[in-house]
Amino acid sequence: MRSEKAITTATGKPNTYLEAYGELLASRREQDPVWLRQLREDAWQRFHAVGFPTTHDEDWRFTNLATLAKTPFRRLAKDGVAVVAEQIGKFRVAGAACQLVFINGHFDPRLSDLTNLPKGLEICSLLGAIDCGMIGAAPEGCAPEGIEQHLGRYADAERDVFVALNTALWEDGAYLRIRRGAVIEKPVHLLYVSAGDGAEIMTHPRTLIIAEPTSHVSVIEDYVSIGAEAAFSNAVTELVAGQDAVVSHFLVERENLAAFNVSTLRLEQARGTNVASHSVLLGGGLVRNNVHPVLAGDGAECLINGLFVGAGHQHLDNYMMVEHAQPQCGSRQFYNGILDDRAHGVFHGRIVVHKDAQKTDAKQTNRNLLLSDNARIDTKPQLEIYADDVKCTHGATIGQIEDEQLFYLRSRGIEDTSARELLLYAFAAECLDRMQSEAAREFMEGLIRERLTVLARNRKSAGLAGSQEEEARSWEEVG
Amino acid sequence: MGLAGHSFRGERERRMALLEIQDLHARVDGHEILKGVNLTVNAGEVHSIMGPNGSGKSTLAAVLARRETFEVTGGRVLFNGKDLLEMDPEEAACEGVFLAFQYPVEIPGIGNAYFLRTAMNAIRKFRGEDELDAMDFLPLYKERMKLLEMDEKLMNRSVNEGFSGGEKKRNEILQMAMLEPKLAILDETDSGLDIDALRIVAQGVNTMRSPDRSFLVITHYQRLLDYIKPDFVHVLVDGKIAMSGGPELALELEEKGYGWTEAETGVRA
Repeated sequence: MRSEKAITTATGKPNTYLEAYGELLASRREQDPVWLRQLREDAWQRFHAVGFPTTHDEDWRFTNLATLAKTPFRRLAKDGVAVVAEQIGKFRVAGAACQLVFINGHFDPRLSDLTNLPKGLEICSLLGAIDCGMIGAAPEGCAPEGIEQHLGRYADAERDVFVALNTALWEDGAYLRIRRGAVIEKPVHLLYVSAGDGAEIMTHPRTLIIAEPTSHVSVIEDYVSIGAEAAFSNAVTELVAGQDAVVSHFLVERENLAAFNVSTLRLEQARGTNVASHSVLLGGGLVRNNVHPVLAGDGAECLINGLFVGAGHQHLDNYMMVEHAQPQCGSRQFYNGILDDRAHGVFHGRIVVHKDAQKTDAKQTNRNLLLSDNARIDTKPQLEIYADDVKCTHGATIGQIEDEQLFYLRSRGIEDTSARELLLYAFAAECLDRMQSEAAREFMEGLIRERLTVLARNRKSAGLAGSQEEEARSWEEVG
Repeated sequence: MGLAGHSFRGERERRMALLEIQDLHARVDGHEILKGVNLTVNAGEVHSIMGPNGSGKSTLAAVLARRETFEVTGGRVLFNGKDLLEMDPEEAACEGVFLAFQYPVEIPGIGNAYFLRTAMNAIRKFRGEDELDAMDFLPLYKERMKLLEMDEKLMNRSVNEGFSGGEKKRNEILQMAMLEPKLAILDETDSGLDIDALRIVAQGVNTMRSPDRSFLVITHYQRLLDYIKPDFVHVLVDGKIAMSGGPELALELEEKGYGWTEAETGVRA
């Protein structure tokens, strides 16, 4: 053990990850099946060999992980911090079908609500699902099968070191299976609570969603904090959509401003699927939002929709990678950013069109509002096209609140702060309009309005920013 | 109406001045545009301000609506006895100043009806009145839309987005009709309008005329004044009012052109 510590220190990685891995191996020695232990071990070796990326890595050019890498985050044992129902009441989503609550990475059945599950929806904690596979007793309402076939098969630990870290260290998360043809009308709410109670904790939530052919479902993954401590959430979700399935995934980041949040959504889309990923980033200090759909069947469609709102020193990095692997697929990316103070936003939109993916139709748009001179956005499109009959367009704009519009509203009697709020909301609302699930949209609308009210007031007190379109770029390519 | 300034003056002085502009100077980007404007508008009167391009007509409108990009360098403006130049745009609006924009701006993402109800409620709140909910608001809104021969579909579209030129101008008059200002400033509302749209807009304005509402009708052409009959006509030349008179002045200008004012007053048009 001593020599291991010396090695990790020498390579500059905090040994808290090694400790966590050791603890996990010890506690799960009896329960984890062999394939899972192997998966963890391979992933650990990958993380151990590579460590955290630096800004020399092209995929991390705009996001500096030095603070994250040197903070000694620790895992917290189950029930390490007690959280009661009153503390999470305010985080619930009205009109949700059910809710799974994770406290510091551990499933909390007392705080969760799995009563009256709709027909065709199987949901339980991923750990519960793995364990019942070993002991043969499924949690109520859940008949896990095929976990081995899917878990870790899509999110690539070789390519992404955060996926490797998650795969090695995950302790729990959600397991969902939506039965063939089932239509789940209300959204499923997965709530991840960081409550360090004085400690800087890390969690690695792992979620597997299997939407069988022709099923419909909406899932909200929601990150919140109790308390002001820094926490590191490193989540990976693999979502497998069977033929003609219709799936909406929502990511909500509303943690405290000290939080580090890296989340990776890997979508595997079969023929004829229609999948939407909606990301709403409002909180967190350093956020990296990876969305990686692979359109692996003919005629699959995906919508990648997002809004990021940052102020203070928030750093919100969105890394999209849309892979067109089969012909006749369509992808649409729309990301809107609003940045104030010294906030820094990143939009990296990568589209890969493989050789066989003829008749691909891919579009990408990133629009940004900068509310202060010190706010910053780096937007980077990246097209890699190996097929010859495709349509790919991309464009980005950077602007500010238009003085003309602000004056128009004020000249009608609308007070300055309210007018700014209206304009910010109008910019953000484009993102809401693309959300199909009404309950989820209303929930997002409430959160966004609340955030923008604060921003509009903040801007009023900070004085007027310039009104000129600072820089606007738009370009279109067909190739 | 149609009376010349002189014969009307006695009666005029007994009415209350709604707007008093005294020696107003203003500049934008360092260029002096208004060079000492004097004008008094009493409640219930319709004043037309004519003048060649670049004479300062739109600057005057913008200053009165409190656009911050125009810097007032001298003079004062009283509105209803209060210092208008001390007010923010929203305060001026709440006090009863309305500007119909020459180029109404498009605001994607904000619905027309929602925007107007928000504006009405801001003004009602200022006046200490109850806010209108959608149920109170909609019948009124639809009725006024009909008056202006506007398609109801425009109601839920974003503010001015994709509107034709005529629809934008009608939307300005619709807002005026809903907000019921004390002073309505129409900044070249006639520009770009065909004759039908002009008639509809003028009809909307005429319906709004009342003893306690005044209008400042800024126009380049006499044509609009065939439909909206002014009590007074002023000619703004090089940032100053060069001539004032009754409606006949507009006709004379139409006939003789702005060059004529130069000869008459010695001010270069």
